[in-house]
Amino acid sequence: MMSDKKTVRFIITRQDNPNSDPYQEEFELEYRPNMNVISALMAIQRNPVDVKGNKIAPVSWDMNCLEEVCGACSMVINGKPRQSCTALVDQLEQPIRLEPMRTFPVVRDLQVDRSRMFDSLKKVKAWIPIDGTYDLGPGPRMPEPKRQWAYELSKCMTCGVCLEACPNVNSKSDFIGPAAFNQVRLFNAHPTGAMNKAERLNAFMEDGGMQGCGNSQNCVQSCPKGIPITTSIAAVNRDATFQSFKNFFGSDQI
Amino acid sequence: MAGNREFFNRRLHSLLGVIPVGLFLIQHLVVNHFATGGEESFNKAAGFMEHLPFRIFLEIFVIFLPLLYHAIYGLYIAFTAKNNASKYGFFRNWMFLIQRITGVVTLIFITWHVWQTRVQAAFGADVNFSMMENILSNPFMLAFYIIGVISTIFHFSNGLWSFCVSWGITISPRSQLITTYVTIAIFVALSFVGIRAIFAFV
Repeated sequence: MMSDKKTVRFIITRQDNPNSDPYQEEFELEYRPNMNVISALMAIQRNPVDVKGNKIAPVSWDMNCLEEVCGACSMVINGKPRQSCTALVDQLEQPIRLEPMRTFPVVRDLQVDRSRMFDSLKKVKAWIPIDGTYDLGPGPRMPEPKRQWAYELSKCMTCGVCLEACPNVNSKSDFIGPAAFNQVRLFNAHPTGAMNKAERLNAFMEDGGMQGCGNSQNCVQSCPKGIPITTSIAAVNRDATFQSFKNFFGSDQI
Repeated sequence: MAGNREFFNRRLHSLLGVIPVGLFLIQHLVVNHFATGGEESFNKAAGFMEHLPFRIFLEIFVIFLPLLYHAIYGLYIAFTAKNNASKYGFFRNWMFLIQRITGVVTLIFITWHVWQTRVQAAFGADVNFSMMENILSNPFMLAFYIIGVISTIFHFSNGLWSFCVSWGITISPRSQLITTYVTIAIFVALSFVGIRAIFAFV
């Protein structure tokens, strides 16, 4: 056995409730091999004692799938927004700093409320309507190469990292954020979804929608799933250009 | 079409920056370049522009109104950003920040430049080679003009890149990358024209 116990240091930004001021607390944990940020947070939960030995309220955070597909455990780790489940302690510089993604309202500690992202999915109608008063039948088929292409876009887990990285998503602007562009492109590309393309684009062109993008392209650099968000942005920009021309000059707005 | 005013405003801002304001910028820099051919050459070119028929309408509709709209809405855009280039130091994020800084610098420069030339002309001054020679004989003004011209050209060149993305002309990463190189070339070429013209007055 090694004599000196290896430890891991954490500095965590905490906040007791949505309206209180944030503060920092420091923790020193026993190192275990293959630790990730979540297992460290779990260790704090089991033994909520800070570095000075004070007993404190356990740190709260969100998590769900633990394999980077649900997006719930996103937080700012050493200055970068990412999922805490795939943030391996061995790969992080210490002390490891954890902060909530402040673009979203903080619920408590590292927990944020990402409701605005789910609201924006509703705003842009990010679904494919298949319900009718009668059987609508099987619908058009999607070619396999296109399905594979669309699969890459469908990897978005609404984690909020792109909104956190975007300089234009903030309290001064009502920009919907990068993620929604990708959803509009995904559902407009689907053969059945394409039947509501104009509806989706028109909703997206409304105030508080797509127009706030300033092309900083932080979103595509930060996306944990490697989704070509800026390609989706430019593609939807083109569709919106045509849609707005159709709306103004054309007769066929659908 | 209630409820999509923002979309219209933003697209109009993007369009006006290129047509007509960007085109006017190129024309202006080219006419300035006549200064390299000497005083007479510049005065002849400037005189030609000055005596264009319907000049006041051309100025209002091709320059002042589009420029005013682009400037005012641009200020609003610039100040709604929460810049984070120190945290996310990607190339495009720096361009995003510099685009906003040069926008403000350019507005200050152009306001001063219009005051010093066009407004003085309205008060009866002659806009000609000797006027510019006089202005640029002041080393502070010379530096201010160099910074102003470079800033304006940067804002235009990088704005062309954003224009292409905002209207959906360049979608693929490759086309956007090549447009980056093209706009860098435009920046260098126009800066050469602009700076050479400035030094022709010194």
